[in-house]
Amino acid sequence: MSHKTIINIGPFHPLQEEAEFFQLHVDGETVIDVDVRLSYNHRGIEKLDESKTFDQVPFVVERVCGICSASHPLAYVQAVEEIAHVDVPERSLYLRTIVNELERLHSHLLWVGLAGHFLGYNTVFMWAWKYREPVMDVLETATGSRVNYANAKIGGSRRDISDEQLREIDKVVGELHRPLDMLTNAVLDDPVLHARLKGVGILSPEAAKAYGAVGPTARGSGVPIDVRRDDPYAAYDLVDWDVVTAPGCDVFGKAVVRLLECYEAIKIIKQCIKQIRPGEIDAKVESIPPGEGIGRVEAPRGETFHYVRSDGSNRPVRHKIRAPSYVNIPTFKASCIGQQIADVAITLAAVDPCYSCTERMCRVVDADTHVQVYQFADLVRLSQQKTDRMRRS
Amino acid sequence: MNPSEIVIWFIGAGLGTLLLGLLLKWVDRKVTARVQWRVGPPWYQPMVDIIKLMGKETLMPVTARGTGFLLAPVIALATMAVAATILWRSLWDPSSPFLGDLIVVIYLLAIPALMTMLGASASGSPHASVGASREMKLLLSYELPMFLAILVAVARSGWTFQLGGLVTAQAQTGPVVFSISGALAMLIAIICMQAKLGLVPFDVAEAECEIMSGVYVEYSGPALANWLMTRAMMLAVMPLLLVEVFWGGLYRQAWWGFLSFLGRYVLLVVLVVLIRNTNPRLRIDQTMKVFWFGLTPVAIVALVLALIGQAEGIAWL
Repeated sequence: MSHKTIINIGPFHPLQEEAEFFQLHVDGETVIDVDVRLSYNHRGIEKLDESKTFDQVPFVVERVCGICSASHPLAYVQAVEEIAHVDVPERSLYLRTIVNELERLHSHLLWVGLAGHFLGYNTVFMWAWKYREPVMDVLETATGSRVNYANAKIGGSRRDISDEQLREIDKVVGELHRPLDMLTNAVLDDPVLHARLKGVGILSPEAAKAYGAVGPTARGSGVPIDVRRDDPYAAYDLVDWDVVTAPGCDVFGKAVVRLLECYEAIKIIKQCIKQIRPGEIDAKVESIPPGEGIGRVEAPRGETFHYVRSDGSNRPVRHKIRAPSYVNIPTFKASCIGQQIADVAITLAAVDPCYSCTERMCRVVDADTHVQVYQFADLVRLSQQKTDRMRRS
Repeated sequence: MNPSEIVIWFIGAGLGTLLLGLLLKWVDRKVTARVQWRVGPPWYQPMVDIIKLMGKETLMPVTARGTGFLLAPVIALATMAVAATILWRSLWDPSSPFLGDLIVVIYLLAIPALMTMLGASASGSPHASVGASREMKLLLSYELPMFLAILVAVARSGWTFQLGGLVTAQAQTGPVVFSISGALAMLIAIICMQAKLGLVPFDVAEAECEIMSGVYVEYSGPALANWLMTRAMMLAVMPLLLVEVFWGGLYRQAWWGFLSFLGRYVLLVVLVVLIRNTNPRLRIDQTMKVFWFGLTPVAIVALVLALIGQAEGIAWL
C-alpha cells in the first residue's frame, strides 16, 4: 500500500534561515520527487549597480551575501581590473588572499555548526560557532567589520593590515588547529554520525558535472574543480596548497571536504603572512576604458562569477552575478530522490545553499494558463496606479 | 485506604510531579546550556513558559478533527498524573497494597505516546502525520526491550508484579542493578527511557529541522502547554520508575536514605540530558534496528542470566 503526500520544506521552515521552498513528493517516508522553487527575495542588485560608480559597486555587492562578503567584491573588482588592465601590487594580492581565506574558515565552521543542528546535534552547532568567533574577531580587527569587510578595491586593497595585526591573525588561526582536530575527529570517528552521513544524498561525479555543481559540492563528489587552482587569482599561485576532494560522493564526503579545507585555509594564511613584503597596496586606477571583463573567485560555496561591461563612463552599463548556490541547488534533483525524509534535510544542507546569493530575480507564471504575469511593464503600471491612489487620497 | 486519601494522593502527586517535572526541565535546559557554553535560563523559565502558553489562543487548523485534537493532550496529562500517583505512593509505602501494579504503570506510560499519535493524526497536517507514523514505529521499537528489561527485575524479585513488592524484595537482596543481568537490564531501560521521553537521538517524531516538530506542529496555546506539561511529567516519572524497579527505591529508615534517593534520581536525569547532548538524531529505520536487533537480544540474554541466577541461587548473576 502506498500513501503519497506532499511535504513542504518552506517557504519558511526551520531548516534554513532564509526563504526557500522545496516540495517533497513523498511515498511513506521515501522521497519520489522534489520540486525546487526559488526566488522569494528579489533585490535588484544588478540593476542597482548600474546607477553606482565603479568604486561604489564593491560596497553594494558585498551585501549580496553576508557570508561571501569578501568573495563577491573581489570577483567584481577582478572583472573591472580585467577591463582596465591593472597590475595589482603584490602586497595587495596577499592581503586579498588572507581575507578571503579567513572568510572561507568562518563560512566552513558555520556550515559544520548548521549541519550539526540539522541532525539534532546542537552541541556541535554551539561548539563550531564558538570556535568561529575568534575568526570573526580577527576579521573585524583587520578590516574594521565582522561581516562587510570592504577589503577589495579596484586596483588593490582599501586598507593595509599592519604587522601587528598579521601576527594576531597568525596566532588566531594557529590556535584554531586544536578545535578543528576535535571537530574533524568527532565527524570521522563518531559511529552515529557515520550512520547519518555515509551513503546519504549521493551525487555521482557524472551528475555533479551534468548539473554544473561547483565548490565543495563538486569536490565532495570527487570532481577536483577549484578556481583558485584552475584560474589562479590573488596570491593563490604564490603559495603551496592542495585541492581537497573526497571520494564518497555523499554528505559525509562534503563534510570531510569542508573540514579539510579549513586546514588548507590555515596553511594558506600562514604562508601569506610569512611571504608578505612591505609595499604599495593600491595601483591607483584613474579611469575604466570601454570593454568587458569577468572575475572568478572561489567563494566558500564554489565559484562566484561576475561579468562587468563598461562604456567608458564612470558606471558599469551591465553587471551580471552568478553565485555558486545557483548552480548547486538544482543538484537536489539528483541527490534527494530515493532518500528518506530524514535524510533530505541534511542533503539539502550539504550544498550549504545561500539564498541571498542566488535569488535576485523572480518570474511569476499563472498556474492554469502558463502565461507569464507581472512582467516589468505590469509592475511599473501597478506602481504608477499606487502612486495615483496615494495622490488622490 | 479510603477514597478521600486516594484523592489527596492523586492531587498531591499529580501537582508535585508537574512542578518537579518543570524543575527537571530547567535542569535539562541549564545543563544543556552549560555543555554548549551558553548561560541558560533561570529556574522558573519552564513554568513561565507554561503560564504564558495558557494565556494564548488555541488555533485549530481547518483540517483538524476537533475532538481528538483537543482531547488527546488532556488524556495524556491525566494518565501521567495517575501513573505518577501510583509510583510515588508505592515508593513512599511499599507495603501497602495500592491501586495498581507494574503492568498498569507500563500501560499508563504508553498512553501519552498513543495520544500523541491520535492528536497528530487528528490535526490533518502532513508533517504531523509523518510524525505520528514515526511515533508509532518508535513505540513498537522500544516497548519490547523495555518490557523485557523490567521482566529481569521482576524475575530477580521473586516474580512479583507489585511495585511495592519489587522495592521490598530489593531491600532484602540488594538493588537489582548490582548484578550482571540487572546492570544490563538497567542500561537497556535507560536507552528505552530516552526514546520514551522523545529526546535525541530518538526525537524522530518531532525532528525540528525535518518535519518542524512533527506531531506537535499544529498545537498552540493551552493545548501545547498541556503537551509540554505531559512531557515534563514524563521526565519526572521515568527516572522514578527506573529507581524503583532497578535501583532500590527509597530507604525511609534513615536521613541518608532520602539523600541517596535524590542522588540516584538526579543522576539518571543528568544522564538523560548528557545522552541528548552528545548524539545526533538517528533515522527511524536506524532507531528500529537499534532496538530490535541490538537491545532486544541483549535484554533476552539478561533475562536468561537472571533466570539462571535465580534457579542456581547465584546472587551476582
